[in-house]
Amino acid sequence: MPIQSVNDFVVRFANVNGSGSASANEMFARAVLRMGIPVSPRNIFPSNIQGLPTWYEVRVTEAGHLGARGGVDLMVAMNPQTWDKDLALIEPGGYLFYDSTKPLPASKFRPDITVIGVPLTAICNREYTDPRQRQLFKNIIYIGALTALLEMDVKVVEQLIGEQYKGKDKLIEPNIKALHIGRDYALMNLECPIGLKLKATDKVGDRIFIEGNSAAALGAVYGGATVCAWYPITPSSSLADAFTRHCAKLRVDPVTKKAKYAIIQAEDELSSIGMVIGASWNGARAFTATSGPGISLMQEFIGLAYFAEIPSVIFDVQRAGPSTGMPTRTQQCDLISCAYASHGDTKHVLLFPEDPAESFEFGAQAFDLADRLQTPVFVMLDLDIGMNHRLCKPFTWDDSRAYDRGKVMTAEELEAGKDFGRYLDVDGDGIPFRTYPGTHPTKGSFFTRGTSRDRYAKYTEEGAPYVDNMQRLLRKFDTAKDLVPRPLTANSAKPTKFGVIYFGSTSPAMDEAIHMIEAGGQSVDRMRIRAFPFHSSVPSFLADHDFVFVVEQNRDAQMRSLIVNECNVDPVRLVPILHFDGTPITARFIAKAISEHLDKLKLSPMKVVS
Amino acid sequence: MTYLAKPKFHHPELPKNDLGYTHRDYEGTVSTLCAGCGHDSITGAVIQACFELSIEPHRVAKISGIGCSSKTPTYFLGNSHGFNSVHGRMPSVLTGANLANRDLIYLGVSGDGDSASIGLGQFAHSIRRGVNMVYIVENNGVYGLTKGQFSATADRGSKSKRGFINTDNSIDLAAMALQLGATFVARSFSGDKTQLVPIIKAAIEHKGAAFLDVISPCVAFNNHTGSTKSFDYVREHNEAVNRLDFISSRMPIEVKYEPGTVEVVEQHDGSKLALRKLAADYDLNDRTAALGFLQQQAAKGQVVTGLLYMQSDSDDLHSHLATVETPLNALGEKELCPGSAALEKINASLR
Repeated sequence: MPIQSVNDFVVRFANVNGSGSASANEMFARAVLRMGIPVSPRNIFPSNIQGLPTWYEVRVTEAGHLGARGGVDLMVAMNPQTWDKDLALIEPGGYLFYDSTKPLPASKFRPDITVIGVPLTAICNREYTDPRQRQLFKNIIYIGALTALLEMDVKVVEQLIGEQYKGKDKLIEPNIKALHIGRDYALMNLECPIGLKLKATDKVGDRIFIEGNSAAALGAVYGGATVCAWYPITPSSSLADAFTRHCAKLRVDPVTKKAKYAIIQAEDELSSIGMVIGASWNGARAFTATSGPGISLMQEFIGLAYFAEIPSVIFDVQRAGPSTGMPTRTQQCDLISCAYASHGDTKHVLLFPEDPAESFEFGAQAFDLADRLQTPVFVMLDLDIGMNHRLCKPFTWDDSRAYDRGKVMTAEELEAGKDFGRYLDVDGDGIPFRTYPGTHPTKGSFFTRGTSRDRYAKYTEEGAPYVDNMQRLLRKFDTAKDLVPRPLTANSAKPTKFGVIYFGSTSPAMDEAIHMIEAGGQSVDRMRIRAFPFHSSVPSFLADHDFVFVVEQNRDAQMRSLIVNECNVDPVRLVPILHFDGTPITARFIAKAISEHLDKLKLSPMKVVS
Repeated sequence: MTYLAKPKFHHPELPKNDLGYTHRDYEGTVSTLCAGCGHDSITGAVIQACFELSIEPHRVAKISGIGCSSKTPTYFLGNSHGFNSVHGRMPSVLTGANLANRDLIYLGVSGDGDSASIGLGQFAHSIRRGVNMVYIVENNGVYGLTKGQFSATADRGSKSKRGFINTDNSIDLAAMALQLGATFVARSFSGDKTQLVPIIKAAIEHKGAAFLDVISPCVAFNNHTGSTKSFDYVREHNEAVNRLDFISSRMPIEVKYEPGTVEVVEQHDGSKLALRKLAADYDLNDRTAALGFLQQQAAKGQVVTGLLYMQSDSDDLHSHLATVETPLNALGEKELCPGSAALEKINASLR
């Protein structure tokens, strides 16, 4: 029985990288969105410029489930290289859309799916002579066919074509023509619509549609970043690119045309973080954007920034490691290497945005936190949030908000005779005052170094001042617990002894999984961690539950390790739920794993000692 | 002598500069380097240059890497902020600092291990970018703090204190700086303060990347026979192409020279350099000729010193980036935050 569904299905486009399919596929997702139906698209792409397989998946979800679902209802199979695997992904009763120009034996198909053939190559060869045009318009033609098959509003697609080629107006007409070639073919030759249908609704609301990297970069603009030093690396390069674009629009002096920002593409990640530290030391707000391998390279400098107490902001858009790993696949695998980055005893502040809206919010807040705490702050995105368009609540900014530049002693205060000790804890919060270079002719200068020093920044290798300083750094880290974004909790309707902790891009899949778990008659309380160090509500949540699942996208349960390490909890009570194959975690995966564990735990209750 | 605190009093008639400061106001703490270290002479030259230029000490940022040379910023300009960063990474820290505040003077101090070995990449790229700085390499050809291993500037065939012969080719940082587009390149000798002080002064006034390779013998590990970085060797093989008199833009030219022996070069800020030519055909403005000359003389075992190259109409990284005149670290939310109205428009464009 073919699947019947309105506004709730998954379409996957299987293409060849470099064939120009990306813009057509994205147009499809946007068209669904314009019909008021939430979508969650994901780009599954290779580390390659041209030739390797690439997929674009659009989850149509009127209910607003923005995590990956798993499985495909309609496969648009445009890549012969991946035909067999693509076919296998289709759910029973699903649909296959393919280019039927070249006849394929029946053995290449599945009996339990509906096969829809359109002779795309033949149509293109008939309509166009230029090979590149044949290639590009083929993509628009299949979108046209889909408008008929899915009962889409074709006017919306026409409008999007108009918007996309605004300024290159002569491209509008041929694209609209190609759209209708596909649509007309489907209407005349195929049964339209199929069991999957799109029906206009109003479920998108005022939400916006943007990639996390672009949102984080905009957060940096709003947060007052003036210096960006970076080195190209997937999946973070588009963050620096977006910062460049945003700055060109928002940060150029209208009169002088001069830039109120400086962006350097450095020679490597060491230089990037060095520039960030130099600029921050000198009183500018500075950041770098990188991924796991870059974090590895920056370790020595991160330790310097921690020990010399220099604010710095690092956006880590995580990808699957170790080593080069799977550079175009997503994971949450840099938690440990960031939380305890560098040699010696170190601890760092991490922020975990769940989507572009929080990427913007935390992207701005990171600079206040770095200045307030005088320490590195990591904004932990991942490829899933960073490089995919995600529907999220609109950005907001309070115009009365002032930047928190932290404890910076001014020339006036120095002149008035205020005692300045660079590493002197005057307020008991572990945070000392600093001065910017060039502040006062005779007062407030100090020597910054990675070697140990006393409270007045004087070099020393004596044990007591060293210990005093290291203990103060711990007090400062304690102070951070109440400054960073707090965890959010959602309790189940029925009281339960089970909890689940999750963070970052797992969020939408977790929210959806909860519905599935509850539908199965089970219940768990939820806590979404938004920052490290952990707020006191994290140990409270652990104390309130016998068992807590920790859902994360890495092999080694890194968040669980951080919790065990920092909250002194019995590891037996923390059940790891791990997804790390490089694809985004799904609600189906989480619900299945948690439900199975719950069944097991109920069958053989374990004695909890704590 | 390092356990003695430096006395604060000084001779009442010590000469004062335009700001009313004596050279004591440009000093730092007492050096902890070995007695007779070439680096201390360079420290002295930096102090004298800043004193003579009447620079406000707190308007200088001193940035270094790791090593003997990188310790020296504590020994001069005690009222300046200093930053002893990580090994080989002074250039990136300095570049970042410079981006944050274009109004300060940036003095980067490094050594041959710091710049030619671990930090060769950062050295090269900071020069390429034209960061406005004075980049001094205190070059002794050895690792002092780790007891005398060869560095990458040690000449092939030179002998270590333990008797090993260096079989690796050496890196000529001045030649590299020329190739990489530095707009001011000089080489000098820590034992020749009359040559070094005016070069440092001219480098400070220069806009753009000014690179100074200063041969600075290590008295503990590289001052023996067979070394090509010893005091005796450098004195014997020093081939100065010119002697420099620095004339500040604020002062008229008072020095009179024999016609034909002196070339007066004007810098970006109006300051002038009077060069007494020693090598008759040496052209200060010819980058490729300078490179050729360095290599020819090096092949003969000679150490070419003096101001090797200067571009008068130089510019710097800030002009390449077209940044605003106000230092970036002085901009607040009013100048930097686009505000909620702009954000509403952005939201609208994302629907």
